[in-house]
Amino acid sequence: MTDPAATKHGPGRILIAVYGVFALAATARAGVQIATKFSDAPIAYLLSAVAAVIYCAATFALAKATKVSRKVATTAIVIELIGVIAIGAFSYAVPDDFPDATVWSHFGQGYGFVPVVLPVLGLLWLRRTR
Amino acid sequence: MSVFGPLTWILVALSLVAMVYAVVLAARNKRIDWPVLGMLGVVEVGLIVQLIVGIVQFTGTDRDVSGPFFIGYLIGSLIVLPIGAFWALAESSRWGAGALAVACLVIPILELRLHDLWTA
Repeated sequence: MTDPAATKHGPGRILIAVYGVFALAATARAGVQIATKFSDAPIAYLLSAVAAVIYCAATFALAKATKVSRKVATTAIVIELIGVIAIGAFSYAVPDDFPDATVWSHFGQGYGFVPVVLPVLGLLWLRRTR
Repeated sequence: MSVFGPLTWILVALSLVAMVYAVVLAARNKRIDWPVLGMLGVVEVGLIVQLIVGIVQFTGTDRDVSGPFFIGYLIGSLIVLPIGAFWALAESSRWGAGALAVACLVIPILELRLHDLWTA
């Protein structure tokens, strides 16, 4: 078994940087949405908040890079992957339920589709550094 | 002075130059160095100026600009480069420079979003 700290070094450095950007962006976005216009689209904004929490968890867990935090990161990223696929599909299927965009709407189209690629890279990296 | 003018272009251009520089460092298997940190220091000062100009312009405009988002982006832009630099410095391989390149790329994206918010 390799050193769990390997997770935060090498290419992991870039992965965590991108996760950090999304953690920051999603948290700021959800915070403003909920604080200023929550009643406009409560479901979308709650999902924004969930996404923010998951990105923060994944970022910190990947950056901590211990045996335990790797498990936390894996869990967070699996939820992230399920989330982006589910919300992505739903936002195309029933657009009326998503009057305002979340990070994961349309598979992260508003963010250059990075949200759908990121969890895949995250899981591959966790596997690689296992 | 407008929120979007020469300062915006300078910030975008410097960030992109710093990004390319960081990518070159990574490609040449180098760690981040003082020139790139200096460039980002200049960008950071520019972002602080932009925050001040932005707040002044926002309070004086009759445009329909979303205040929390606009001011939020202005403030948020200040923390990206310091955290990115810290994260890059703590890595003793080429990948630190790569991570810094990611932080550099965020600045032009933020400028684009700010512009969209202002002209919405």
